Amino acid sequence: MAAITIYINEQKIAADTSQTILEVCKANSIPMLTLCHLKGLHDIGACRLCLVEIEGVNRLLSACTTYATDQMSIKTATEKIQRYQRITVELFFAERNHVCAVCVANGNCELQDAGYAVGLDAIRYPYLYPKCDVDTSHDWFVMDHNRCIMCTRCVRVCTEVEGAGNWGVMNRGHQVRIISDFNTPWGESTTCTDCGKCMHACPTGAIWPKAMAQGQLDKFPEMIGELVEKRKLLTAGG
Amino acid sequence: MNRQELQTAADKARQQHGHYKQKVCVCCGTSCMASNAEQVLQHIQEALKENGLDQEVEANLTGCMGLCNQGPLVKVLPDHTIYQKVTPADADELVKAQFVAKQPLKEMLLFADTRPEPFVNANDDPFFKKQHKIILKDCGVINPEDIEEYLAHDGYQALDKVLTSMLPEEVIAEVKHSRLRGRGGAGYPTGLKWETVYKHVNDQKYVVCNGDEGDPGAFMNRSVLEGNPHSVLEGMMIAGYAIGASKGYAYIRGEYRLAIKRFETAIKQARKMGLLGRQILGSNFSFDVEIRIGAGAFVCGEETALIASIEGRRGTPSPRPPYPAECGLWGKPTLINNVETYANIAPIIRHGGEWFSATGTAKSAGTKVFALAGKIKYSGLIEVPMGTSLREIVYEIGGGIAGDGQFKAAQTGGPSGGCIPEQHLDVGMDYESLMSLGSIMGSGGLIVMDDSSDMVDVARFFMEFCMDESCGKCAPCRVGTKMMHDMLQRIVDGQGTQHDVERLQELALYVKEASLCGLGGSAPNPLLSTLRHFPHEYEQRLVPPHALVATGQTVK
Repeated sequence: MAAITIYINEQKIAADTSQTILEVCKANSIPMLTLCHLKGLHDIGACRLCLVEIEGVNRLLSACTTYATDQMSIKTATEKIQRYQRITVELFFAERNHVCAVCVANGNCELQDAGYAVGLDAIRYPYLYPKCDVDTSHDWFVMDHNRCIMCTRCVRVCTEVEGAGNWGVMNRGHQVRIISDFNTPWGESTTCTDCGKCMHACPTGAIWPKAMAQGQLDKFPEMIGELVEKRKLLTAGG
Repeated sequence: MNRQELQTAADKARQQHGHYKQKVCVCCGTSCMASNAEQVLQHIQEALKENGLDQEVEANLTGCMGLCNQGPLVKVLPDHTIYQKVTPADADELVKAQFVAKQPLKEMLLFADTRPEPFVNANDDPFFKKQHKIILKDCGVINPEDIEEYLAHDGYQALDKVLTSMLPEEVIAEVKHSRLRGRGGAGYPTGLKWETVYKHVNDQKYVVCNGDEGDPGAFMNRSVLEGNPHSVLEGMMIAGYAIGASKGYAYIRGEYRLAIKRFETAIKQARKMGLLGRQILGSNFSFDVEIRIGAGAFVCGEETALIASIEGRRGTPSPRPPYPAECGLWGKPTLINNVETYANIAPIIRHGGEWFSATGTAKSAGTKVFALAGKIKYSGLIEVPMGTSLREIVYEIGGGIAGDGQFKAAQTGGPSGGCIPEQHLDVGMDYESLMSLGSIMGSGGLIVMDDSSDMVDVARFFMEFCMDESCGKCAPCRVGTKMMHDMLQRIVDGQGTQHDVERLQELALYVKEASLCGLGGSAPNPLLSTLRHFPHEYEQRLVPPHALVATGQTVK
C-alpha cells in the first residue's frame, strides 16, 4: 500500500498500489466495460472487455487484474480498444443463443448493456447456434445455458462467498459448460444451498427464478460486494 | 553421500564400464520399444553369452538415437556402427558378424536401403555429421535407467561444482554469461529469469520443469527425459541452488509413460545415493523433486495453467502480471523452465558459459533440438547449432524431400508457429530470424511439406487444434478460434468469399492481441503466416463475387 500518481487518458490521478486499474477508473468515474468482473469476487480477466493500453507494455492488459504502479500511463479508449470491445461483444452474441425478445433479463442484462455501449447494430460473424441444455430441475431456479457467457461469476460467488462450491466448469474451448456438482441436474445437487446468489451474480438471463416472464427479472449483483464488505466488518468487529 | 563418495562412485562406475572393450547400445525409446527393441536387446545379450563374448562386450538399453523411422536401432561403440530395423531374429547373425568375424553386416547398416554407400561409422553420415550435440550427447549412449552410467559420464559433477565452489549469484552469472535462452519457445533469457526469482525473498520457492510437450509432431522433451533423465534432474537441482528453492516439480504429460517411468527411476536412484534430499553432498543445500502427471491438456504447457494444474485446480491460465517468478506455485516465487533448458545447465556449469556461447549465433547461443518430420527422407530427432540454415537441415541432414515432390514450406513452432516458404530456405534457425518471417522457434517441431500440401488446409488443421485445446476461459480465444476455424473450413470446402478472408484477418489480429494467454496469442500464427506467404492459395479457393450473384447467393 503506497500512494502513487498514475495517468489515465492523460488525466493525472492519485491512486494506491493496492488498487487495480479498474478500481482506479471506477473511483474516478472513468467508464470501463466489464462482464466477468463483480465486486466482491476475485478477478480473472476472462471477458477481455476491460483491456487497456499501458505505455511501455507491448500487449494489452486487463484492467481488472493489473495493479496500478507509480507513473503508469494508461489509455482506456483508443480506437483499437474500442474496436476490440465491439468484436468481443459480437462474439458473445454469436457464441450462444441470445434472444433478448424472449429473455427474462431483457432490460436488466449486462450483455445487452455492453451491446449498447459498443454501438452494436449487427453481428458480423456467423452465429454458432450451439445446442444448449436448459436445466429446470431445481425447485426455484432455471439454468439456461443458451444465455451463458462463461464469465464464471456464478462459479466464483458459489465458491468464494457462499462457500458451497456447487458450480463448476467442464470441457474446454467453445464446448465449455457451467455444471452443477459433477454435471448432474441442479435439482439433485447435494452442495447447493438454494441461496440464489448465483442468480444475482449472473450478468445475463442464464440463471433466473421460475415463474418469471420476459423482462421481469430484477437482480442485485451489487449485493454480492456489499455482503463481502459486511462480512469483513463483522469479522473485524467480532 | 559426500563429495568424496561421489568421486569414488564415479570412478567405480567408469572402471566397471571401462572393463568392456566394446558396447552394444540398443535404442529403447518409445518408438523403438514399440518395434520390439527390448526383445532385440535380450537376444543380443544371449547371443553374446553363447559366443563367449559377454565379458568383452557390454549390451545395454539406451535412449533415443534420433532416427525413429529406422528403429529398432543398435549401435556398436566405439566404432559408432549403427544397424537399423534389427529384429530379435537378426541378433545372432549381427553379433557373429560384428564381433566374431569382425565384419560389419553391410545389408543392415543404417540407411543401407536408401544410401548407395552406407557408412560403417555413422558419425560420417551426413545425418549425424552436421549435428552438434550438447543436450543429446549422452542420449543413445548411456543407460537412462542406471545412475552409475550417468556418473561415469561426468554426471552430477556440475552439481558438485556449484555446491562446493560457487555462490548462487555466481551460478546465475555463469548462466547469464552462456546467453542460454528458454527452450520452451519464447526464448526468454534463462539467466535473467533465474535472477528475477532469486531476487524475490521468500522462505519457500519452487523449481518447476515443464515437460508438457504438446505440439503435434514434437518429441524433443520426451526423448531427453527418456534418454538422459538425470541431466534434467541435475539441471533442476542446480537451478534450485541458484534461486534458493528446496522443492522441484517435474510436470510431464501423461502420454509420456516411459519418460515418466525413467524420470521416476532417476529420482529414486538420486534419492538413494543422497543426491536428492537433505544436505546434498555435505552442503547446506536440500532439495527434492516430485513428478506431476499432466492429463492431456495442451494449455497446461502455459506456465500459469501448469501451476494451476499442479495445485490441483482446473488447468486454465491466469493473467500475468503477476509472473510466476513473483507469485507462482501456491503463491510462492517459482522458476519454470522447459526440459531442454534444464538439460543445458549441467554442461554450461561443467564447461563454462563462454564455451556454450561459442556455439550458435550472437543472439541465440547454443544448440537446439528439432523433431524433423513430414515429407522428408530422413526424419528424426536432430540437434544443431542455433543459426543453422533451414536448407542445411532439410537437404543435408534430412536428405531432401521424400518422393518426387518439391519443397514447399517448413512449419516450425507447431500450432503457435508459422510456415517458411521456399524463398526463405536460407534462413538461420534462431529466435529472431524465425520471428521476422512470422514464425517462431517454438519448442522445436519442424514439419517439412512438399507441393502436395494444401496450405489453407494446414492453417485449418492448426486452427482446429487450437480450437479444441483452447481452455475456454477467455472470450477471444474460446469463440475466436472456433469462428476462424469455421471460416477456414468454408474456404477449404470452396465456399469461402473475399468477405471471409477479410473477417479472418481482422479476427486473427484481435485474437492475437486480446487473448488472455499465449495459446490464444499465438493461435492465429499459422493462419497469418500462410496468408502472408501463400495468399494465392486462398484467392484461388474463393468463390468469385460474380459467381455469387449468378447463383443468387448473397455475401454474408
